Amino acid sequence: MSRPVSYNLVQKPLEKDISVAPLPDGHQGEGFFATSLDSVIGLARKNSIWPLPFATSCCGIEFMATMGSHYDLARFGSERVGFSPRQCDLLMVMGTIAKKMGPVVRQVYLQMAEPRWVIAVGACASSGGIFDTYSVLQGIDQVVPVDVYVPGCPPRPEAIIDGVLRIQDLVGKESLRRRNSEHYKALLNSYGIQ
Amino acid sequence: MSEQHIKLPEGSIEKTTTTLNLGPTHPATHGVMQNILELDGERIVSADQTIGYIHRAFEKLAERRPLAQITTLTDRLNYCSAPLNNMGWHMTCEKLLGVQTPKRVDYLRVIMMELARIADHLICNSIMGVDAGAYTGFLYVMQYRELIYEIYEEVCGARLTTNMGRIGGFERNFTDKAFQKLEKFLEEYPRALKEFENMFQRNRIFMDRTMGVGGISAERALNYGFTGPNLRAAGVDYDVRVQSPYSSYQDFDFIIPVGSTGDCYDRWLVREQEMWQSLSILGQAYQKIQSFKGAEAEVYHADAPAYYLPEKKDVYTKMEALIYHFKIIMGETEIPAGEVYHSIEAGNGELGFYLISDGGRSPYRLHFRRPCFIYYQAYEELVKGSMLSDAIMTMSSLNLIAGEMDA
Amino acid sequence: MALTNDTIQQRLQEKFGESVFAFRDSHCMLEFAAPKELNLKVLNFLYDDAALQFQFLTDLTGVHYPSNKGGELAVVYHLHSLKENARLRFKIFVPIEQPEVYTATGLFSAANWMERETYDFFGILFVGHPNLKRILNVDEMDYFPLRKEFPLEDQTRIDKDDEMFGRGGTIK
Repeated sequence: MSRPVSYNLVQKPLEKDISVAPLPDGHQGEGFFATSLDSVIGLARKNSIWPLPFATSCCGIEFMATMGSHYDLARFGSERVGFSPRQCDLLMVMGTIAKKMGPVVRQVYLQMAEPRWVIAVGACASSGGIFDTYSVLQGIDQVVPVDVYVPGCPPRPEAIIDGVLRIQDLVGKESLRRRNSEHYKALLNSYGIQ
Repeated sequence: MSEQHIKLPEGSIEKTTTTLNLGPTHPATHGVMQNILELDGERIVSADQTIGYIHRAFEKLAERRPLAQITTLTDRLNYCSAPLNNMGWHMTCEKLLGVQTPKRVDYLRVIMMELARIADHLICNSIMGVDAGAYTGFLYVMQYRELIYEIYEEVCGARLTTNMGRIGGFERNFTDKAFQKLEKFLEEYPRALKEFENMFQRNRIFMDRTMGVGGISAERALNYGFTGPNLRAAGVDYDVRVQSPYSSYQDFDFIIPVGSTGDCYDRWLVREQEMWQSLSILGQAYQKIQSFKGAEAEVYHADAPAYYLPEKKDVYTKMEALIYHFKIIMGETEIPAGEVYHSIEAGNGELGFYLISDGGRSPYRLHFRRPCFIYYQAYEELVKGSMLSDAIMTMSSLNLIAGEMDA
Repeated sequence: MALTNDTIQQRLQEKFGESVFAFRDSHCMLEFAAPKELNLKVLNFLYDDAALQFQFLTDLTGVHYPSNKGGELAVVYHLHSLKENARLRFKIFVPIEQPEVYTATGLFSAANWMERETYDFFGILFVGHPNLKRILNVDEMDYFPLRKEFPLEDQTRIDKDDEMFGRGGTIK
């Protein structure tokens, strides 16, 4: 039986059988390649992000589509969607966070090990969205620091993938010392996290 | 280590049961609800549910918005089947305003509502598979949900929170491409559904995990206010589409599948059979739509200029359209005072809208009868005495949507 | 014979006389009110009467009418007789100073959370309810948000601080 993938009529040929991540800047010669430790670790980290989906509402359903076979987030090295905060690198907050839920988001963030990144998917997680009401937290950046915001109500799967790619850029370029810096400590302190 | 270093809660040594916290972000809860289970070994002694983790104050919000703008809120109730909620809301408004919709609009609505029902049941049934350990079924049918979403996009431009239609009909006629996509869906989906069914229906593991799990009798289900597939699985043939037909459902020929024991397996089967019935309704509706000829075949909204937001093209070129557009947007239309209760058969039961209007531009009070909210309170009774793993199956088989539950 | 609104009204008036009042037909649904002491009696009668059998509680909610002195808060029941396929709406009015109503949990298990929600939103106390505490909002909340005098918007937000967004400003 034929399996329709989409209504796409134009078939796009596969460029290569295997895609390889581009080399970081460095010096290479016969049998050696020299580069900075930062960029090697960044390269490894960015292509093996384990997301922790913190899905509460509509955006979570779009994340299901992103994760599913049609859009396939696994192509970007995020095959394993972990549900344990201790194992994951990327907290994806998708959906409205009510004030009752705020402490839970914070708790989950605290349980994650450094280095950790946060992406706020959708209008509600970013700013409260259309729900400017007494019960809704007006954006998760009131309780945890956020690295990337994805707009949309809900964002399309393409937008969520774009958000993950932005996170990959951040992860790849991050200095190894950033998490020990005074600047970062001050950021966490501003959220009351020691 | 001396005894002083170990600090245990009061009474925790004497008690013989274990407390287990499930949620609010547990991967198996599919939504944000918390269950505090008391376990004796692996048997559940009691369950205590906490909800409200995504309470967004819809009802208060609705008191500040004109009728047309509440459609966006209804999207976000049961986001797995947003068009159903949209149309339910529009029909409630039409009941209050006394707007009669033409047959073609009714049939177009039926098409969108049945597609939404399929999408809703598809998610619930495939997620039940995931909870029983079969991830493949989910990955497989998600592709077909994309086909439904592509039809939504063709009709209204959005995928998930559709905000589809207006009071009185649709914002535009369905394009030919939308019908082509529908035809394609009707042709391809039955095969996929059959394959999905083959994977689960007589699967020994799936049957063992779901049969006799989380059962409820018809009397208890009625007493708990169950509606929709969960009630029908218990053997009560109550379906709003038949009992109080709306949107010309009386013109369609379909059966209400019922179960007998009300357990997870019956719930799964009822949803599965309802998808087949929805496909049949879709086919009938499409045929009926094709039978319209001439000017009738172009009708996509009711002739109620005072309430139907005119097309933008007309607003720019016609005087009346401009006037009505201005009146509707600025809240100058005459809205009759009165109280209306209208209910539709949503993906997981009877979704009711109780609207009180005092003649103002926005409702005086709007209450949603959310099916999930009402039947989730039976959860303790459903899982008491069963194993921990059964509690997970029961939860996913109820089709709980947190956004709808907490409103 | 199908159960008509007139028959239901007749049966109720035979049983309760002048105590049930404000009968009206609201979009084909019978609507009436009763004093708050009678709510359980009426519900029980509707449940048990062989001709009526309103045994399905569709919905239970509250409404706040600040201008209706002496009956500011209303409890609204929607009942459905599945056998006869008839629906009705039944209202109870209570004063805001003493918003006490008998609970319907003994009759309908479904009423449990619906009453908790009504308490959460309007502060209506259901006498005899097994577990009357907040359900959707946080336990620490000290007001009943759906009463008309309370604002909808989140008052702690500072970036959209003007009257157009319901915070500060002069427009009321």
